[in-house]
Amino acid sequence: MNEKTISARGRIWFEALAGKQAKHVPSVSSVLVADTTLQKERVRFLAIVPDPNNRFPCARQGQVGVQEGWNLAKQVRDVIKADENGEKRAIIAIVDVPSQAYGRREELLGIFLAAAAATDAYVSARLAGHPVISLLVGHAISGGFLTHGAQANRLLAFNDSGVTVHAMAKNAAARVTRRTVEELDKLAETVIPMSYKIEDYAKLGTLYKLIDGVNVDSPEPEQVGQVRDDLSAAIADARSGQRDLSNRLESQGAQKNRSATLVVRQRLAAEWHSN
Amino acid sequence: MERLYFEYAASQPIKQRAHVGVVGSGDLEVLLEPSPDRKTRVTVTTSVDGFGRAWKLVIDRFFSRYQYAASIEIHDFGATPGAVALRLEQAVERSQS
Amino acid sequence: MSQPTLLGSQQFLVRKSFVELNARERAQALLDEGSYRELLGPFERLESPWLLLQGVVPQADDGLIVARGQMGGTDSVILAIEGQFQGGGIGEVSGAKIAAALDLALEDAKKGHPVQVVLLLETGGVRLQEANLGLEAIAEINSSLIALRQQVPVVGVIAGMIGCFGGMSISASLCSYLIMTREARLGLNGPEVIEEQSGIEEFDSKDRQLIWSVSGGEQRQVTGFADYLAEDDVGAIKKCIIEAFARGIPATHRSEKVDDYLKRLAAIDASHQLESSEVRKLWSKGESL
Repeated sequence: MNEKTISARGRIWFEALAGKQAKHVPSVSSVLVADTTLQKERVRFLAIVPDPNNRFPCARQGQVGVQEGWNLAKQVRDVIKADENGEKRAIIAIVDVPSQAYGRREELLGIFLAAAAATDAYVSARLAGHPVISLLVGHAISGGFLTHGAQANRLLAFNDSGVTVHAMAKNAAARVTRRTVEELDKLAETVIPMSYKIEDYAKLGTLYKLIDGVNVDSPEPEQVGQVRDDLSAAIADARSGQRDLSNRLESQGAQKNRSATLVVRQRLAAEWHSN
Repeated sequence: MERLYFEYAASQPIKQRAHVGVVGSGDLEVLLEPSPDRKTRVTVTTSVDGFGRAWKLVIDRFFSRYQYAASIEIHDFGATPGAVALRLEQAVERSQS
Repeated sequence: MSQPTLLGSQQFLVRKSFVELNARERAQALLDEGSYRELLGPFERLESPWLLLQGVVPQADDGLIVARGQMGGTDSVILAIEGQFQGGGIGEVSGAKIAAALDLALEDAKKGHPVQVVLLLETGGVRLQEANLGLEAIAEINSSLIALRQQVPVVGVIAGMIGCFGGMSISASLCSYLIMTREARLGLNGPEVIEEQSGIEEFDSKDRQLIWSVSGGEQRQVTGFADYLAEDDVGAIKKCIIEAFARGIPATHRSEKVDDYLKRLAAIDASHQLESSEVRKLWSKGESL
C-alpha cells in the first residue's frame, strides 16, 4: 500500500476564499460547498478535501470517489436549476485532488459514471452560460482532474512546485514507462506534455493565468485579495467569451505546443464534406 | 528504436498505394506508395535495436523476388522476419488489385 | 474465428467475430458495403509529434480511424480506436481526431444534417507518453460529446479485448447508448493499478474471474452501466447500433440521473467489501428503488 501525503491546500484555499460560509454537503464530508460573493458577483465555491472518516475507505485522502462525483454533480445542477430564469452565477472549483479513488467498491458502483455525472454537470453549467472557473492549488491528477476542474471556461493555477497537473503520479509513471524518475524529468525537457512542472503545463496554452508570488500553503491576506481579483477577472473574461473550450485552442501556447492538434482540426474540416 | 534505410533498382510500376498492418506487439504497419523513379526505397523504424542484418536479409530477399518500384515505410513493433515478409506481400498484393 | 451458429429453423449462420478485427477492419465491417471513406488516413502521416522523441515507434494514423459512410442507409461517422497500438492510449493527435469529428458532427446537426457518431472504444485511457495532452484531449472530447448528444445520439461500443479504461470510461458513460460484449470490460481503473494503490485484498489483479465479475460487459449491462450486451458478431453489433440510434435522444442520460444515484448510494453499506452479486441484486435493471 502506498504512503500518500495528505494535502490541506484545498481546505486552506476554500476557507480563505469562501470564508465562514464553507460547509460540507449533507452526509459527505469530503465535498465542500459555499455560496458567497466575489466583487458583487454571486459565486458557488466547490472543493474535494480529505475526509479520514469517509464511508469509502479508498477515498479518505482527497481522492475523487463515487460519492464525490455524484455530489459535485448535484451541487452544480442545483445552481443551474436555481438560476434557470435569471443571472447565471459563477461556479468556482478549488482543485487539489491527488487522483480518483482506486477500489473494488468504486469500480462496482460505477466511479466512471460518477465522474461522468460531475463532468456533465460542469459542462452543462458552462453551456447554460455559467462561468465555470478552476483554481489549481495543489494536485490535479488524471480522473480526479477530469471530474473536478478540467471543464472550466478559465483555468488558473499557482506557480508553485506543489501544483501539478498530470495523468499519473510520478513514481507510478516511472514504473509503467520503465524509466527512472530522473529519466522522466530529463525527458520532460523536450517532451513538454510529460512534465510535472506547472510552468511547463502553462506552455500548453490551456491556462488563463499562472499566478505568481503567493505563499500557497499559508497565504497572506493581500495575496488572498489578489487571488480574489484574479478570479473576478476570470469570471468577467468567461462571460465575454464562448461557452465551449475553444479558447484553449486559440491561445499562443496552443499555436506553439499543440500545433498538431490545430493541423488535425483544419485538415479534418477540409475533408469532412468533400467526396 | 532504430531507423534503417534500404534502396534497390526496380522497374515494375505500382498500381496504387496500399497500407497494411498495425503497430502492435509483434506486428508492423507498411505504407506502400508508387515511386517517382525506377528505384525502391524502404525506410524502417523499429522498436528493436541491433537487427539491421536480419532486416537487410528479409528486405533484400523480398526485392530480389519483386521488381516493384515503390516508396515503402515500415513502422515495426518487434515482428518476426516471417511476419515482415507476410506484411510486405499483403501490401504488394493490395497495391496491385 | 467464424463458427456456425444453429438458429431456430435449422439455419446455419456463419458468425464473424468483431473482437478479432483491428480498428480499421471494425469500421469497414460496420459501414454499409461500398460506403466507407476514411478521413485523415495513414498516408497523411498525421503522427504523434511526441513519440519519436522518446524512442517510441509511431503509427501513421496515430491509432485512430475516422471513417464516414452509411449504416443502414443513414449518414454515420465511426471513430475507431486501435487498441493494439500503445494499448489504445489517447495521444494529442488521436484525441484531436475524435474531438474534431465530434465538433464537426455538431456543426452538421445544427445545420439540419445530423450525422450519427459511433465511438469504438478500445483504450486504456490517456497515452502516458503524452500525458497532459492526452488528458486535455479527453477533457475536450467529453465537452464536445455532451454538446453533440443534445442534438443527435452518440453510440459507444466496447468490444474487447483491451476494454475501456481511464478517462475514456468517462466518455463511454457520457454516450447516449453504450453497447458491450461479454468479453469487454469497462472501468475507471485497471486491476493492476487498483492492486498497486490499494492492496491485493482490495483487488487481486491476477483473478480473472474477479476482473470480469466487476467490470465485464454482462455485469455492466445488468447493473445499468451499459445498455446492450451484444454477441461478438459483426452483424449483431451493427444491429444493436442501428437499434440504439432508432431510439433517438434519451429522455435522461445516465450521467444526468443524479438524485437516482445519490439515493442508491445512500442505501449501500460501504463498510464491508462489496461483491458483484450484491450490486446486481440491488441495481439490476427493472428493479425500482
